[in-house]
Amino acid sequence: MKTVTAVRAAKRLPTIERARTGITGFDAITSGGLPRGRTTLLCGGPGCGKTLLGSEFLARGATEFGESGVLLSFEETAAELTANAASLGFDLAALEADGRLSIDHVNLAPADLAETGSYDLEGLFLRLGWAIDQVGAKRVVIDTIEALFVVLPDEALLRSEIRRLFRWLNERGVTAVVTAERGEGKMTRYGLEEYVSDCVIVLDSRVEHQTATRRMRIVKYRGSAHSGDEFPFLITDHGFSVLPLTSVVLGHGGSHKRISTGIPRLDGMLGGKGLYRGSSMLISGSPGAGKTSVAAQFAAAACRRGEQALYIAYEESPAEIVRNMQSIGLGLEDLIDRGLLMLQSERPTGDGLESHLVRLHQLVDESAPKVVVIDPISAFRGPAEDITALLQRLLDFLKGRQVTTLMTSMASSNETLELSGLGISSLIDTWITIRSIEANGERNRVIDVIKARGIGHSNQVREFVMTAKGLDLPDVYSDGNGIAVGSERVARETELKRRNLEEARALEHRRRSAAEERTAIEAQIATLQTKLTHEQALAGELEEAIVAIRAGEAAGRSAMAQSRNVGANKRRLPALDGRR
Amino acid sequence: MSGESPTMVSTIDPSSDAADWQLRLYVAGQTHKSAAAITNLRRLCEENLAGVYSIEVIDLVQTPELARDDQIVAIPTLVRRLPKPERNVIGDLSDADRVLGGLQISPGVAHAGAPRAA
Repeated sequence: MKTVTAVRAAKRLPTIERARTGITGFDAITSGGLPRGRTTLLCGGPGCGKTLLGSEFLARGATEFGESGVLLSFEETAAELTANAASLGFDLAALEADGRLSIDHVNLAPADLAETGSYDLEGLFLRLGWAIDQVGAKRVVIDTIEALFVVLPDEALLRSEIRRLFRWLNERGVTAVVTAERGEGKMTRYGLEEYVSDCVIVLDSRVEHQTATRRMRIVKYRGSAHSGDEFPFLITDHGFSVLPLTSVVLGHGGSHKRISTGIPRLDGMLGGKGLYRGSSMLISGSPGAGKTSVAAQFAAAACRRGEQALYIAYEESPAEIVRNMQSIGLGLEDLIDRGLLMLQSERPTGDGLESHLVRLHQLVDESAPKVVVIDPISAFRGPAEDITALLQRLLDFLKGRQVTTLMTSMASSNETLELSGLGISSLIDTWITIRSIEANGERNRVIDVIKARGIGHSNQVREFVMTAKGLDLPDVYSDGNGIAVGSERVARETELKRRNLEEARALEHRRRSAAEERTAIEAQIATLQTKLTHEQALAGELEEAIVAIRAGEAAGRSAMAQSRNVGANKRRLPALDGRR
Repeated sequence: MSGESPTMVSTIDPSSDAADWQLRLYVAGQTHKSAAAITNLRRLCEENLAGVYSIEVIDLVQTPELARDDQIVAIPTLVRRLPKPERNVIGDLSDADRVLGGLQISPGVAHAGAPRAA
């Protein structure tokens, strides 16, 4: 909802109607496109893409927005323009044949030209006006009008005519783009920015660290809030791609759902449930620490949940990763075959950081993953602030899509380990380090959670083991100074087993003794029980005898009373002797 | 040109299609500049190219598509179509010497019927 509100607020802001360009990312940074019915000045040095951007503006206008266009070119011929636009996937010739585009190449031949007396550029106005009428154009690109200054000597007249041209374009109601060359210390060589008050965009192409980076900046956009930021862009075979800095909004949803890291005991360290969906995790570690293994395990776990995973590897080929992961019992091939895992090897230094970012955007667009692994970010080359900016934009992009991201980072030593993540720490939600510890002639790995936003995480340093069965965090053996790892841990485990065994034996012995005692007692109980039964039987007989005697006595008294024959009781009592 | 009906092509000296000097003047409507250019051009030709020239006046307001076809930007533009190669002179042609220089007309050329070697 946050994002929706932000977008609505942003949409209310502009007072000038926009003409959408359809150029990837461009409409986002201009809050909807170019000012409709106005003129935009597009400046930049040679080869920075002015003409191509203009061509794409017209081509997309015609194909996507039903607005025909005129391209008035002072430099390239229609054939050249068509060929160049074709490299971006636009067919200008077809648009021209359809009557949706008119290309007019103004051929200025200075050698054959003489000037005498006053003149104006009405010829240019007329031919442009005619072209606009021919195709019913709503969009016009003029590239590059400054060429006139080279041919026509009267600069004052040219300036006034160019000013008139801009006014005329506004009156015609066309959305126009006028390109101009960047000048020394000025925005344009002939100061055309003075005449354009609505929108000025500067393109820039720089070579930094042996890689070319292209950037775009909106210098001016009347009636509209605009960011003065430089936006990197790329010229791809699908046209321009401008990368907006979406972080200014920070409207990510913030899921409450948790997903497993693929290592149950690591999930245990992370509050028992693993990571938040859509969050970012950094695994930093020394070489050979097992970062890739953790990352692959994470990706595989996602695939096993039926989710799409994208793994971008900078240091190993897909085949190498598949092979290497077999050593920890992790089979990736099946996941790749099932189309769940996309393993992609990239060279981050082959092109500029920006173009690489575009490439990553494209990969994410194509595979629509739920989790993304970037292994490792330390492979990026360039100024730290550029890399940070790249990662920020990338993470913003991924978070915006609720993609959970795991990045690895290589630290050259344990000392630099914690530093390795500092520059981007603020971008990272969960940060885990894997260190290697050398002691007792061996090297072991320990893992700990440096931070985990919103997760009650363990503060323990745990041993991290990689075996043929997989990754695990074994039980902790603390000795007061730290945790026991490696063979020391194994020794302690063995000692503990021995102790347990001894104790078990002793207990067994006690158990047996107790059992014997119990048997004896039970035998005694049985004997006594028998005796008790006999006594009970005797007691019963005696009781019966007593009853019988009393009954006899009663009968005698009665008879006596009848016969007066008293006292002849000749009954004998049963003999008691021998009964006991 | 003022007072004439708006026609696409207004030819002065219409019988001279085969003229050695074929000049075409592009104007835009009936403006002061256009009128001045026509007057100046006619006088120049009479003085220097009498009998060997033809002038065609094209009003681009009437036929704007010719601006593209003939690569016209500035108005007025005078094009020397013959003799080859084509040469362009822009402006109201008020400076006779500059026009003659631009067209490469030198004294006596009218009688020779061809421009001097450039």
